[in-house]
Amino acid sequence: MDPRIAIISERLKPIKKIIAVAAGKGGVGKSTVATGLALVLAEMGYRVGLLDLDFYGPSTHVILGLSEGIQPTEERGIVPPTVHGIEFMSIVYYTGKNPAPLRGSDLTNALIELLAITRWGELDFLIVDMPPGLGDTTLDAIRLLKNPSFLVVTTPSRIAYETVSKLIALLSELNIPILGIIENMRRPSDRARSAFDMRLGEELPFDEGLEDALGDPERFLQTEFARRLREVALTIIPRSRS
Amino acid sequence: MHEWALAEAVIATAKRAAHEQNLRRVTEITVKLGELQQIEREIFAFALEHILGQEDPLVRGAKVVFETERAQFRCRVCHFEWAFETENLSSEITEAIHFIPEIAHTYMRCPRCHSPDFEVIAGRGVWLAALKGEE
Ligand SMILES: Nc1ncnc2c1ncn2[C@@H]1O[C@H](COP(=O)(O)OP(=O)(O)O)[C@@H](O)[C@H]1O
Ligand SMILES: [Mg+2]
Ligand SMILES: [Zn+2]
Repeated sequence: MDPRIAIISERLKPIKKIIAVAAGKGGVGKSTVATGLALVLAEMGYRVGLLDLDFYGPSTHVILGLSEGIQPTEERGIVPPTVHGIEFMSIVYYTGKNPAPLRGSDLTNALIELLAITRWGELDFLIVDMPPGLGDTTLDAIRLLKNPSFLVVTTPSRIAYETVSKLIALLSELNIPILGIIENMRRPSDRARSAFDMRLGEELPFDEGLEDALGDPERFLQTEFARRLREVALTIIPRSRS
Repeated sequence: MHEWALAEAVIATAKRAAHEQNLRRVTEITVKLGELQQIEREIFAFALEHILGQEDPLVRGAKVVFETERAQFRCRVCHFEWAFETENLSSEITEAIHFIPEIAHTYMRCPRCHSPDFEVIAGRGVWLAALKGEE
């Protein structure tokens, strides 16, 4: 018997709400939105955790500007360090700059291990940065995280819609709550929004200044992107309570 | 000392399994320790004993039996099989593998063809191997 599964719900008990930021697709801004959301929620005074589940391409530590040498502490498990007010957990503590060439069953095993040994503090929100795809990690997150809600990210491109709509179909079929569908990187020239459930539609602008703010949360929080993200956060917080 | 977290996991699972098997009292818990995870057996045994002592009567008196299993790998590319050696690995690397055994794929390679695409065929980590008790 795998001893780890039974303890995961115990480990997640101090967390009020888990929000998985997902798209099914890569490159649409999941990590940027997930990290930004964690930062603006922390700024609003919520207790926030951020869990990077993109084991092939972890990136939230880049946006947060995680300093080298910061490691979880061991205390009857591993305690995520607090980075810019956020309890932060990522495989990067263990892989550093090296690749993690993992098969699907290894991804599952690594995720179960991480969830079984990580000791989160009392959190209002745990934001989960999801990898692209609808495979192992997405299915495991749905299976193992207690009632996660999803925040779906797309870009204003039909190519993005094509894949993102598949994630939305899957979540809808499984009755998993969708807190919002964010159209990220919108430019004024983009055509009117289409396709998705307009009740859940949110927009985030393409922000030229974002690249220079990566790794510097103070500066990140002053971008137009962050200003709009605060508004998005305020609309989705009430949805996360229902 | 993340052995404590795994010890809690073992006890929680033993209790769940005891309920499923309609056991009134668990007398023996057999835990398999896979070598790759490099569990500190003394700490782990101490943690298990300590947690059991504070548990309800269902598991409180249970004896813990350990089995160890050598870690064994098989390359998916050239099918070579080999055993776990820590000699050529730094302490940071063995510690990373201790927390998440899959990290082996980041730092270890097939000794014959250097592929990272290998399978851990035995001895990955902690496993609840058997449960004895009274109905
Ligand atoms: N609204 C935005 N404006 C400008 N650049 C953005 C915006 N959102 C994301 N980016 C950039 O796009 C790239 C991909 O974003 P990322 O968050 O890594 O996507 P994903 O996690 O979905 O793969 C990054 O370089 C990021 O800085
Ligand atoms: Mg990403
Ligand atoms: Zn080989």
